[in-house]
Amino acid sequence: MNPQRRRRLLWVLLALGASALATALVAVALQRNVAYLYTPSEVFAGEAGNADRFRLGGMVEAGSLQRESGSLVAWFTVTDGDATMRVRSDQILPDLFREGQAVVVTGRRQGREFIAEEVLARHDETYMPAELAEKMGKAHVKHDVPPAAGRVD
Amino acid sequence: MLPELGQILLATALLTALLQTVLPLFGAHRGKTAWMRVARPAALVQLLLVGAAFAVLTSAFLQQDFSVRYVAENSNTLLPMVYRWSAVWGAHEGSLLLWSLVLALWTAAVALASHRLPLPVQARVLAVMGLVSLGFLAFLMFTSNPFARLLPAPLEGRDLNPLLQDPGLIIHPPLLYIGYVGFVVPFAFAVAALLDGQLDARWVRWTRPWTNIAWGFLTLGIALGSWWAYYELGWGGWWFWDPVENASFLPWLAGAALLHSQAVTEKRGTFAGWTLLLAIAAFALSLLGTFLVRSGVLTSVHAFAADPSRGLFILAFLAVVVGGALLLYVLRAGQLGSHADDPRRGFTATSRETLLLLNNLLLASACAMVLLGTLYPLLADALGMGKLSVGPPYFGSLFLLLMAPLVLLLPFGPLVNWQRDQPSRVLAALAPWLLLALALGVLAWWRAPQNGWKVGLGVAGALWVAFGTVRFAWLRLRGNGRITAEMAGMLLGHAGVAVFLVGALLVEALNVQREVALAPGQSVSVGRHEVRFEGVDHREGANFVADRGHLRVFRDGRERALLHPEKRRYASGGQVMTEAGIDARLSGDVYVAMGEALGNNAWAVRVHVKPFMRWVWLGALLMALGGFVSAADRRFRTTTRRTTRSKQE
Repeated sequence: MNPQRRRRLLWVLLALGASALATALVAVALQRNVAYLYTPSEVFAGEAGNADRFRLGGMVEAGSLQRESGSLVAWFTVTDGDATMRVRSDQILPDLFREGQAVVVTGRRQGREFIAEEVLARHDETYMPAELAEKMGKAHVKHDVPPAAGRVD
Repeated sequence: MLPELGQILLATALLTALLQTVLPLFGAHRGKTAWMRVARPAALVQLLLVGAAFAVLTSAFLQQDFSVRYVAENSNTLLPMVYRWSAVWGAHEGSLLLWSLVLALWTAAVALASHRLPLPVQARVLAVMGLVSLGFLAFLMFTSNPFARLLPAPLEGRDLNPLLQDPGLIIHPPLLYIGYVGFVVPFAFAVAALLDGQLDARWVRWTRPWTNIAWGFLTLGIALGSWWAYYELGWGGWWFWDPVENASFLPWLAGAALLHSQAVTEKRGTFAGWTLLLAIAAFALSLLGTFLVRSGVLTSVHAFAADPSRGLFILAFLAVVVGGALLLYVLRAGQLGSHADDPRRGFTATSRETLLLLNNLLLASACAMVLLGTLYPLLADALGMGKLSVGPPYFGSLFLLLMAPLVLLLPFGPLVNWQRDQPSRVLAALAPWLLLALALGVLAWWRAPQNGWKVGLGVAGALWVAFGTVRFAWLRLRGNGRITAEMAGMLLGHAGVAVFLVGALLVEALNVQREVALAPGQSVSVGRHEVRFEGVDHREGANFVADRGHLRVFRDGRERALLHPEKRRYASGGQVMTEAGIDARLSGDVYVAMGEALGNNAWAVRVHVKPFMRWVWLGALLMALGGFVSAADRRFRTTTRRTTRSKQE
């Protein structure tokens, strides 16, 4: 092999090795940090499997928000019309968090309850996140949950 | 009447853009001088027309003309004057009009500055910019008309999204757009060179200052957005790896790579094909960002409306512009600019070329990584893998991994010679400084109250970049004592990296956050700081009422500041907004945000102590300044003049 070819081969091998390493790293990082979105009925149907950490989406049930007095700990219920799940949060709830509105909570399941790490309500007061609206589309037809467009004025 | 005039202006601008695209392109192809000469006046006329349309929309806002749907949806009679100006670009239609206006500005600037370039180059560049303008004006006219009427006119409008009612947000979009859209200049030059079938250092030299300025503005725009998110969202974070942030960060990364590869191509004639590809990529990512943000495929504060026809239009436009450019690249790039006998080509493993190649490789990989993480949820959804989101740790850890070698290699870059160099020479110049940086890093690790190794790495990395940059400047001054503007810009940019590293890494390592319930008179201590809650009073703004907290900040027992975080309720939609109270110092911020009232006068309060927070934005400011300063180098102007003059002789 002449030196020019050898150098080129070396470069190609180096590039292959680097991209293999990059792919592996990206795959691992993605797998570790992906959080799927489930509604309470999907959670109880076992669709979340034994995912360590996932996102729970639905509407905050009217009248369900309770606080332990003098502390930040709050309990509320997330519903998709078919099933409900109690959520515990020990953080300041976002400005747009309101009963009867859409919410997406990232956290861990503990039995029939959900321990929140992060509570997200939408930036915009009139719309429900598209992914959530799509998931809950069927529930809206059957139950008394605000319609898919998410208008809750 | 005025809104109809606005529509006519837009329609005329659309026709002008059509002229600006078609005639010069054919003219350049056929060698018809008269057709090519259409480009410049067309570009200037377009600026006039789009500028006038923009003025019409602004006047509709100032006069509160609620018969215009867009005005009615984004302002109301209570809206303070200054926000009536900025409400023009507060939502989808107006922000697209701003996009078009900024594009028209860049095009006119190129038209005015390019009169010394050969006519076919000038004509092709302006034609490509005309094509982009055509797409956006058509998008405006057919799917997002800002002048559409709402009849009968309502007596009261809705409101500008309260999140956007903030001084930082007045200039954030224009700055960001000047940057985003500015990448159209290197893009147009790349496409023109591909059409022309020849590429010399001429176009690269000519476009370098444009790229630098665009990148500088993009840096400012992103920094301003981050600063706004920091004090307005009340979460105390400055970067969330939110899809929309990523959408602006992608062209920034590609632009940063482009800056460096353009320098190599201009000075050494190498990397020509790669530079062209990056020029196309930077603008393609700008368009992709616009698509992601505007089409509603992402849910965020920036995704104004989820109208599928809009998304489809941008996607088709993206496919035409980027696909066309890439196709051209595939067909033509092979024939371009490879002068195998050029003595400047060829370089060894220890040369500045290699280091800049690594720089580009790392920045491009970071860009690809962010792109993948941003698009992955969309891909997964399309493939039926479920609704998922990619968490910030994915971006954070991989970004750190990719940037660490960049930081390590950065100080070598300017010191190593082109083509080949003795590694020992450069190492001898830098080794003491590396050791000093490491020693101080160890000291910081030992002294740090928490996250010692992060603090140590941050200090060592930042000092290493700072020392390397100073070392280079000193060497130049001692050598021939001359530092050109281009070099000064580079030094400023690299100093910006060092300052940014201090901010980003030390805030990450030393940030302390407490969320507590406080009754008046109670206090919370966070490290050396103590924050005392003194109660809440009411305040009325122009279009909101607020609960305003009074919190006194002490450090080591000495009073430092009285903070007034607010909880605002806007009159129009009842939307609640948090305004953080911040005691900002170079040494660190004390950040206080109010949660909700807990009864018995107690409030939920979030307190952050964030050492070196300001350095994040200071670093970004220095980087942007670096871009501007190096664009001012006289060489970029004088050489162009000389080349063209010699051509004319």
